[in-house]
Amino acid sequence: MVSASPLIDLQNLSVRFGRQTVLRNVSISVPAGQTLAVIGESGCGKTVLLKTIIGLVQPTAGVVEFDGRQFVNLSERDVSAQRTRFGFVFQNAALFDSMTVAENILFPLKQHRSSNDADQERAMHSLLTEVGLPNTVLKKYPAELSGGMRKRVGLARALIMRPEAVLYDEPTTGLDPIMSDVINELMMRTRDKFEVTSVIVTHDMNTARKVADRVVMLYPLNRLQPDESQILFDGPPSALDASTDRRVTQFIRGEAGDRMMELSEQAGG
Amino acid sequence: MSTGASYPNQRSQGGPLWRISEGIADFGAVVIRMIEGLGDITLFAWSAILWMFSRLPRRDTLINSMYAIGVQSLPVVAIIGAFTGMVLAVQSYTQFRNFGLETQLGGVINKSMFRELGPVLAATMLAGRVGSAMAAELGTMRVTEQIDALSAMGANPIHYLVVPRFLSCLLLIPSLTIMAIFMGVIGGAFYCVQFLGIDYHHYSTNSQRFVENWDLFYGVAKSVVFGAVIGIISCYRGFNCLPGAEGVGRAATTAFVYSFVSIIILDLLLSIVLDHIYLAIWPVAPSLFGG
Repeated sequence: MVSASPLIDLQNLSVRFGRQTVLRNVSISVPAGQTLAVIGESGCGKTVLLKTIIGLVQPTAGVVEFDGRQFVNLSERDVSAQRTRFGFVFQNAALFDSMTVAENILFPLKQHRSSNDADQERAMHSLLTEVGLPNTVLKKYPAELSGGMRKRVGLARALIMRPEAVLYDEPTTGLDPIMSDVINELMMRTRDKFEVTSVIVTHDMNTARKVADRVVMLYPLNRLQPDESQILFDGPPSALDASTDRRVTQFIRGEAGDRMMELSEQAGG
Repeated sequence: MSTGASYPNQRSQGGPLWRISEGIADFGAVVIRMIEGLGDITLFAWSAILWMFSRLPRRDTLINSMYAIGVQSLPVVAIIGAFTGMVLAVQSYTQFRNFGLETQLGGVINKSMFRELGPVLAATMLAGRVGSAMAAELGTMRVTEQIDALSAMGANPIHYLVVPRFLSCLLLIPSLTIMAIFMGVIGGAFYCVQFLGIDYHHYSTNSQRFVENWDLFYGVAKSVVFGAVIGIISCYRGFNCLPGAEGVGRAATTAFVYSFVSIIILDLLLSIVLDHIYLAIWPVAPSLFGG
């Protein structure tokens, strides 16, 4: 159930790396329980936005709050504690190569909780069932798994601490359509069963339409006028088709439009 | 950094004064980058040291690290040490024989192994075998977002990844150095006695006469500094790895190059400092040829 109060609150967020500004005055509030999909072209700052939420990237300006607290004001210990309230599913799962699947899934528990081994094992097996993986994968190393399996192990690792919010970075990228839909179903099941708030960064319109309650579309700053908002669309997925902004409709239909001409001009000029 | 001089449309600006000012600007940019880099690595090292004293790494992580860094380096360090001792014997024999001093070879071989070659060779092997591997491993973890994943799970990457490696380098390089020295001494003695026909009794007596406990301390003290520098430089290069396979390769290469250059520079500085300390404690130092 979606709450009225924001769990994740970004106000006038700007992020710059050297001379390149990636995000400019972006404001998004995500109420507890909501599933937000952030869509947009490559390079528009979606992943940076996700990493800023969890404090992996420091904002140049603006405020990032999770449950009313800003990362910048927290001590090292509190940052660590705050991060355990998140689950983060990375684009390529970011599993630790040198650890088995079981060690990967249990890693957050071993780092933060002193529950006994039997409880930890039980939690791991329960999550493994939840993401549809057999027990035989537990002794395997990430290199021995397919892309879809790695993503599911990544999801299990993200959920082991029972987080309040799960952040997904391109969860279906590189997967076949069936496995993409499996991941979509898992994200929905996770939301319903664990009642988590979700932020999904994706290019995949199927994911955005199927899983999200709300869609935000970001646009690359280098293609915007200085006074234009970086958020081109903010609303329910059902309203995407009704958008009058040509840039939004082009993106959701996957049309190159005049982009080929622009790219040729850039390459030639 | 300006590269304007290479573009045809800017040649009108390319007078001698302009070129000099561009050169100064480029040089300044390089100096600023170097100072920034030095500051950055100092903060990185400071953070690792703070973590080391505030919370020790998990025992299993530390043991794995020590095994990879220390135990697995022992055979190669032993082989290099033994052959270096033999090479020293081969190289010095002719000169010493010309003066009739071949029985003194043990003194020069052992002194060299204890003070210079033992610590420098062990450190060079550590930088080459372990340092570049650490930089490549951490670089791959950076590129594949594993370091971000650690942070996202509330673990501190410096505490989890750097402290065990740094501690292992710091604690195990003395053992590697002692192994290199020991094998060098054995190798040198073996070659001198077996192949050069030097009398074992004289060789052994002279060897013992010129090597003191201070020489062992000298070599081990140097090695601890080398180990710390290798650990920090290698982890830093890995943590600041550029994207892609090229970035990982570059991190591994620069880790070794920077470590090796640091070892050589620090070797000179430490030799000067340790000699001054020695002379301050024992003003009349025994000479190799004068007793």
